[in-house]
Amino acid sequence: MTAAPEHTPTMVRRSVSELIVPFTPFCLVIFLICAGYLAIGIPSSWMTLTLSGLAMGMMYFIMSTGLTLVFGLMDVINFGHGAFVSLGAFVGVTVLLQLGAFSESPVLWQNIAAVLLSICAAMAVCAAVGWGFERLIVRPVYGSHLNQILVTMGGLIVAEQLIIVFWGPEEIYFSRPEMLKGSTEILGATVEKFRVLVVSLGLAIFAIMRWVLRRTKIGLIVRAGVEDREMVMALGYRLRLVFVAVFIAGSALAGFGGAVWGMYQEVITAHMGNQALILIFIVVIIGGLGSVEGCFIGALMVGLMQNYVAFLAPKFALLSNIGLMVAILMWRPMGMIPVVKAK
Amino acid sequence: MQSEPILELDGVYTDIGQYHILRGVDLHVPRSTVTMLLGRNGVGKTTTLRSIIGHWRARQGFIRYDGMDITKMPTAEIARAGIGYVPEQMGVFADLTVEENMRLAAVSGPINSARLDWIFSVFPALKTFWFAPAGNLSGGQKQMLSIARAMIEERKLYLIDEPTKGLAPAIVSTMARALADLKRQGAAILLVEQNFAVAKALGDFADVMDDGHVIWSGAMSRLSESDELQQKLMGLSLAGN
Ligand SMILES: Nc1ncnc2c1ncn2[C@@H]1O[C@H](COP(=O)(O)OP(=O)(O)O)[C@@H](O)[C@H]1O
Ligand SMILES: [Mg+2]
Repeated sequence: MTAAPEHTPTMVRRSVSELIVPFTPFCLVIFLICAGYLAIGIPSSWMTLTLSGLAMGMMYFIMSTGLTLVFGLMDVINFGHGAFVSLGAFVGVTVLLQLGAFSESPVLWQNIAAVLLSICAAMAVCAAVGWGFERLIVRPVYGSHLNQILVTMGGLIVAEQLIIVFWGPEEIYFSRPEMLKGSTEILGATVEKFRVLVVSLGLAIFAIMRWVLRRTKIGLIVRAGVEDREMVMALGYRLRLVFVAVFIAGSALAGFGGAVWGMYQEVITAHMGNQALILIFIVVIIGGLGSVEGCFIGALMVGLMQNYVAFLAPKFALLSNIGLMVAILMWRPMGMIPVVKAK
Repeated sequence: MQSEPILELDGVYTDIGQYHILRGVDLHVPRSTVTMLLGRNGVGKTTTLRSIIGHWRARQGFIRYDGMDITKMPTAEIARAGIGYVPEQMGVFADLTVEENMRLAAVSGPINSARLDWIFSVFPALKTFWFAPAGNLSGGQKQMLSIARAMIEERKLYLIDEPTKGLAPAIVSTMARALADLKRQGAAILLVEQNFAVAKALGDFADVMDDGHVIWSGAMSRLSESDELQQKLMGLSLAGN
């Protein structure tokens, strides 16, 4: 940040409503949690469901945040994003199984180290593959949404098949590190330990992303580029390079999300990314294409909604999220935190 | 070298989609002068500026800037070679604060505080709203920010597209003073301007466009002295001013 000019700048007075409006999406999450409490009625169940909803929400956030930026920045619709979720899960779980000594040890820090190392491996592999994916598959189809959809979907299918070639067609069952199994009591509610870890990781990622987007030059370029690509270039920035970096980071994060999701479920399949893709798209659309904050809130709402509805009316779980999307789009057609686009 | 124009367009043809918009634009901008680019709406002034900065690509012809051929250069490199661009739509990043807009515009490093002081003296409003989101600014303040962004680093050439469009008279004169200041600093300006009083006050040279090419070029004073010439070149569009 540049230092403020010597004279203190006068802040413009704004009315209370103007100050609150930007936060309505955040309030919606709180509102949803309260509504869940009223609907469920049993505090301990509500607490368990809320935590598990938040944990799933965090995973959705990690998996979708790259997609929203890639679309916001370059108007690229990337169905291949789901492939990185599967790939991350397979790489992460493979490494976790290799780290058997750490992961079976009864020492908490060793368990957590095993998890973090697996995540890092998943991110590294997904970053490298993301780089190649951008060059070979995405770059030739700039500017044409139809081609992007067809080609990146093709990429997704090929990637799934490649995973099957390397790891076999069977689902892989495994168990989580020793100390992260089972649950513990917090304020009278049973919470799974792994969910606490997932929520912490999600919050950390969100905080880091916010920091990068608000405080660093590359973050400024990304935020500005989402609004008006041409102007960022006219100021003198090679947006292409920034986009490649964002694509790689987004793929790595999808891998992160996939690895965590795999460990959460304790089973992985080559199709898990494909299955997650629907929810990822719902999250990104609810949040507002190109908005990381919107994506975060959208992901939490989808996660919570899914858990509450699965408890209250199990048949409607996926339907509820589509309903949520329709309701939000009726309220704000460009998503909860609409991104102001130039032109 | 110094006598060579800072910018030279030589038979530039630009298409937008299937339309031939520029059809052989020849244009010279001498160093350290203000060159007005005039003409009725829709004759291709904005397209000319966009072709220079590289948002549209010339299908044919050459664009030379400061001794370099920039016809096919990436936009970012053209900008870094010392061209400040103020687009017709201003291109302010609404989601970023004024401070962030300015920090982003300082491409080569942190904001130079002497230049910032100068900018604040020209546009005091920007200091007042330094930490406000640029989206909350009024139209005039956005225009100031857009020009200030171009001013934050030293440029050899400014491309400024209709900076007074839709602004209240008081703000128009602030704008005109800012541009005069820029000129005094020795930069060259290629300025599209519909307000003839402003054009007359600032312009050294004028190029008048019609239908995708330059139909007249000469000293601004010659154009401003002759109602007949204005009438012939630009029709009624300037009569009101
Ligand atoms: N994006 C575009 N697509 C199609 N035609 C365009 C576009 N932009 C400008 N034009 C056309 O190009 C011509 C020149 O436009 P422009 O350069 O904006 O004129 P001026 O700035 O002189 O008013 C106009 O006829 C306009 O309709
Ligand atoms: Mg124009």
